[in-house]
Amino acid sequence: MLEIEIDGKKLTVNQGITIMDAAHTAGTHIPHFCYHKKLSIAANCRMCLVEVEKAPKPLPACATPVTDGMKVHTASPLAKKAQAGVMEFLLINHPLDCPICDQGGECQLQDLAVGYGNSSSRYQEEKRAVVGKDMGPLVSAEEMSRCIHCTRCVRFTEEIGGYQEIGMANRSEFSEILPFLGKTVNSEISGNVIDLCPVGALTSKPFRYATRAWELSRRKSVSPHDGLGSNLIVQVKQNQVMRVLPLENEDINECWIADRDRFSYEGLNSAERLQKPMIKFDGKWHETDWQTALDYVVKGLNGVANDHGKDAIGFLASPHSTTEELYLAQKLARSFGVNNIDAALRRSDKRVAAAQQGALWLGSSIVELLAAKSVLMVGSTQRQEQPLLASRLRQSVKKGMALNVIHTSDDELLTRINAKLIVSPLALVNALAQVLKAAVEIKSASTTLDLSAANVGAEARAIADSLCAAESAAIVLGNVAQHHPAFAELLSLAQEIGRVTGARFGIAAEAANSVGADIAGVNPQRGPLGKTVSAGIGVSEMLAAPRKAYVLLNSEIEADAYNSQQAVAAMKQAATVIALTAFKGEALLDYADVLLPIAPFSETAGSFVNMEGKLQPFNGVVRPLGETRPAWKVLRVLGNMLNLSGFDFNSAEDVRAELLAHGDIAAALNNQLTSVAANVVADGTLVRIGEVPMYQADAICRRAESLQKTAAAAAPVIALNPQDIAKLGLEAGQPAIVSQGEAEVRLQLVADAAVAAGAVRVAAAHPATQALGGLFEPIQIKRG
Amino acid sequence: MAVFVNGVIFEGVDTAAPDCWRLEAYMARGGYQALKKILDNKIPQEDVIAEVKNSGLRGRGGAGFPTGLKWSFMPRSFPGDKYVVCNTDEGEPGTFKDRDIIVYNPHALIEGMIIAGYAMGCKAGYNYIHGEIFEAYELFEEALDEARKAGLLGQNILGTDFSFDLFAHHGYGAYICGEETALLESLEGKKGQPRFKPPFPASFGLYGKPTTINNTESFASVPFIIRDGGQKFLEAGKPNNGGTKLFSISGHVNRPGNYEIPLGTPFATLLEMAGGMKDGKKLKAVIPGGSSAPVLPGEVMMELTMDYDSISKAGSMLGSGAVIVMNEDVCMVKALERLAYFYHEESCGQCTPCREGTGWLYKVIHRIANGEGRDGDLELLESVGNNMAGRTICALADAAVFPVRSFTKHFRNEFEHLITHKKALVDHKWC
Ligand SMILES: Cc1cc2nc3c(=O)[nH]c(=O)nc-3n(C[C@H](O)[C@H](O)[C@H](O)COP(=O)(O)O)c2cc1C
Ligand code: SF4
Ligand code: SF4
Ligand code: FES
Repeated sequence: MLEIEIDGKKLTVNQGITIMDAAHTAGTHIPHFCYHKKLSIAANCRMCLVEVEKAPKPLPACATPVTDGMKVHTASPLAKKAQAGVMEFLLINHPLDCPICDQGGECQLQDLAVGYGNSSSRYQEEKRAVVGKDMGPLVSAEEMSRCIHCTRCVRFTEEIGGYQEIGMANRSEFSEILPFLGKTVNSEISGNVIDLCPVGALTSKPFRYATRAWELSRRKSVSPHDGLGSNLIVQVKQNQVMRVLPLENEDINECWIADRDRFSYEGLNSAERLQKPMIKFDGKWHETDWQTALDYVVKGLNGVANDHGKDAIGFLASPHSTTEELYLAQKLARSFGVNNIDAALRRSDKRVAAAQQGALWLGSSIVELLAAKSVLMVGSTQRQEQPLLASRLRQSVKKGMALNVIHTSDDELLTRINAKLIVSPLALVNALAQVLKAAVEIKSASTTLDLSAANVGAEARAIADSLCAAESAAIVLGNVAQHHPAFAELLSLAQEIGRVTGARFGIAAEAANSVGADIAGVNPQRGPLGKTVSAGIGVSEMLAAPRKAYVLLNSEIEADAYNSQQAVAAMKQAATVIALTAFKGEALLDYADVLLPIAPFSETAGSFVNMEGKLQPFNGVVRPLGETRPAWKVLRVLGNMLNLSGFDFNSAEDVRAELLAHGDIAAALNNQLTSVAANVVADGTLVRIGEVPMYQADAICRRAESLQKTAAAAAPVIALNPQDIAKLGLEAGQPAIVSQGEAEVRLQLVADAAVAAGAVRVAAAHPATQALGGLFEPIQIKRG
Repeated sequence: MAVFVNGVIFEGVDTAAPDCWRLEAYMARGGYQALKKILDNKIPQEDVIAEVKNSGLRGRGGAGFPTGLKWSFMPRSFPGDKYVVCNTDEGEPGTFKDRDIIVYNPHALIEGMIIAGYAMGCKAGYNYIHGEIFEAYELFEEALDEARKAGLLGQNILGTDFSFDLFAHHGYGAYICGEETALLESLEGKKGQPRFKPPFPASFGLYGKPTTINNTESFASVPFIIRDGGQKFLEAGKPNNGGTKLFSISGHVNRPGNYEIPLGTPFATLLEMAGGMKDGKKLKAVIPGGSSAPVLPGEVMMELTMDYDSISKAGSMLGSGAVIVMNEDVCMVKALERLAYFYHEESCGQCTPCREGTGWLYKVIHRIANGEGRDGDLELLESVGNNMAGRTICALADAAVFPVRSFTKHFRNEFEHLITHKKALVDHKWC
């Protein structure tokens, strides 16, 4: 510990910290631009110059380590003169076009210029002008004359984004911030540079000129997309969401959010928003009032129940729904006598629900995962599933975590990978079994699983070594594993490896409320907080053996199901499809019979339970659009209209309280299966890798226009390993035809060495591929 | 430009002989004896460093930091890789000595670097060569080949268990890459921009490993020091200013070129060696240590000796030893305008005061030189300079300010005259 003094205040601080850090603990503000607590120190802006006694010249607080007895003056005449000098330099070439600048009102340069600058300039020479740059559909770099060269954006892309996509070219006052020549900025977390840019050089393209910052109200919320549960500030004006920013939460999203969290709000204001209840009769859609629509629903449900029995009804709820909506949906279904309810819509392995003993979750807190010394990610297309978690894992690797990968494609993770096994989906179980086998050997342990078909390769051995040697290790199953037909086996193996090595294991929950759905009891075998219920069937069976009636909550099943071909067929044959939805999508209009307009997360109170089992409540940030109602209210009314008891809630909080009265969330989280099983024999059939593209993950982001213009949202292609292309006599760069079942889809064929041999990578959930079948099922391919 | 020599590096080098740079010629001059001496006698690393300390050798790259002391900063017990790096990025206007070392006597540098590698426990070294002297770079590569073939570089040098390899790398001509940490960045394949220090290269250098960077001339002085002893080197100069030093004389003299002379030699003697003033014109001003050093009036210079202490006492710097001689026909405003343009062009652009200040200085000086000066411009220049100097990551900002301060101080009347009368006091003649 060191004794120092800042502006006369005595402090005891840790060795190794900077004057800036020390000032922060003392609550003293030192002006700065380039300094950012999450980025490396650049010390280039020089705004933070302070006086240090005995130092011959002012020193940059952000880069100067404290020393014992140091006496710092942050606002002495010398410090102030130095700061004013820097401010003058920053302004001489600045266009001072604040009145037409989007950053106006939230510009650090503007703010500090008021405090540290002069009202007139001594600079009478010509000002520099810098031409605008194209960074893509999300980040605007039109007015680069405003740039103050703090290089925060450069450091962000390199250090947090994982790949330097922005650089500073040229020298001296001709220095320019730009993306690589001819390239845009494609990072899945690129929007953070907008927040980082202290001036109006990098601004939000979708938000540009929409409004002034001071006209916006700030409301807290939680991201409805992936399972990380990033905390948000949603900014609204006149009952409309105008912009989304990160709300700092060190344990979850730090001060960042992914582009999906930031720019999806455009979907909330989409023209496809359903604003009135609608009923289809005579083959046509008719807008109607709530009463008529709800009567119709009640009649429909009763009718099917009477004619075909309650088992002919299925409830399919999106895991992007709130906990309260999910809780009420299962309460309504079960009180009505329907046990068929599920929210794990893309899960194809029904064995998991039968064997699980609690809500599947990460197996630790996010912070604990990030602190693990060794992590094995299984079946996770990390950067598109949980973009920010992928970034945080990269930071952990820098601090010494060994990151191991078992996956179906060798994607660029922008970090050092300790060991990896890239195999066809049909060999995933075998790959994980190899690791178990190696771990059993290393630990001289035993297992009941038959591992004779697993031949331990060098990479599997390295993974096992890494897990065994680490003082803390974790195995995490991603979306590919969770959607995989052998999810139960993969989970079994993870459980066994965990048992043998001491590693924790769990899943990186796919959706904002995947864990919440399990907790709320939207599971065919388990009620709220694990309460025993009469078992029903899950989504895979409900679609394989079609029901007469479906109730969809927040789901566009043609994009949300494991097998969209099968799902759409099931919807089409049903007597009635009742959709509680915020959007009137094309497919829904085709197969549904009633559309009830419900509020998206921004227009209702509710909560999400993130992958680590943390329940995060939020309030609506704007009023429901048109005649939209929060789904919990709709379900409450429906419950009453169906004469079910216990549907008298006054608020979403009431609903939550009833759920939580069943028990404790933490105690309900459990990844242990009652019994483990695994068929380790790998199969050589040509099989599909069907992942959900980043911006097709849920109904809101599907409608976010700017996200849909990004490279990540490009039309799906068929990607194959070049060797397979040659073997199959195909030609890359030409269209090819893939087929599953009856359906054929013609797409561009791309050679991609990252794709595992024996696999055909064709994205799912996209309109272009919805005709296809299961995500990890056999697939045929021919020249097209 | 011919080399006129008389000192420890160029001793016995016949620069007119086309093969003077070859290994054979170097051996004939007693080359690699210092290395042999160390290896044969298994001289401990500390003793080598002590010898360099005793020699009083001060860094020849500009700052004059004692070389032996710098070497002693390298963590000797550090287990991983460590590097020695030579700075042949000679880009300072007026300086052209390092180029001649690698063109006429490259093995002196190679031997010096091998010895440095030995003393500091490094297995690899790099020589970063300025991008605008490509022929010199190619020749140096050939010299390296010769050394490798002769078993002087690579595994088990001269049959001992000491191994060291040396690689050459050429830059692309940016002046800033001569600043040692920008050089390291560039060597790593990144944009050449200085790093913030601390950490210093001795703890976090090339690829984050302990690294020592010295100027070409510093390394090339080492074989003599080891072979003939530090004391002898010290005695060749004067106390605290050991050895001989190369001076690159340019400007209005009859025989511009490199002169290797004992530190402490009077400037007048050096001027005489360079053939005196061209066309018998009057000496007006001298920049004694490269463009970054403050200019001194001719009459002041004539009283000084050429060593670190004497020049520094007079308010300038010995710097890299580039002596720019200006005669009475030089308009000091024009001369400063040219220098200011250089720094404006070469600032790497990362620090606000340097990026913005170098441009501002140049634009104001340019205006003055073009008869558009205004009252208050000189005060403005001073104030802008004060806001730059000592406020940045590297010394380039200071280097840009020193000429401005010294020109406007010693030759203020020329600036004032131009501002007031919109016409230069001296009718500038380009030579
Ligand atoms: C802008 C700038 C340019 C420099 N250029 C050179 C150069 O061309 N050659 C050189 O040896 N040192 C140059 N230096 C000094 C180096 O940073 C470093 O001090 C030197 O290479 C150390 O070697 P020495 O101790 O042997 O002098 C430069 C410094 C600055 C700030
Ligand atoms: S664009 Fe913004 S963040 Fe990037 S260097 Fe310029 S001012 Fe800094
Ligand atoms: S002082 Fe100038 S050259 Fe040196 S780092 Fe700063 S901007 Fe670059
Ligand atoms: S904040 Fe310290 S130099 Fe920029």
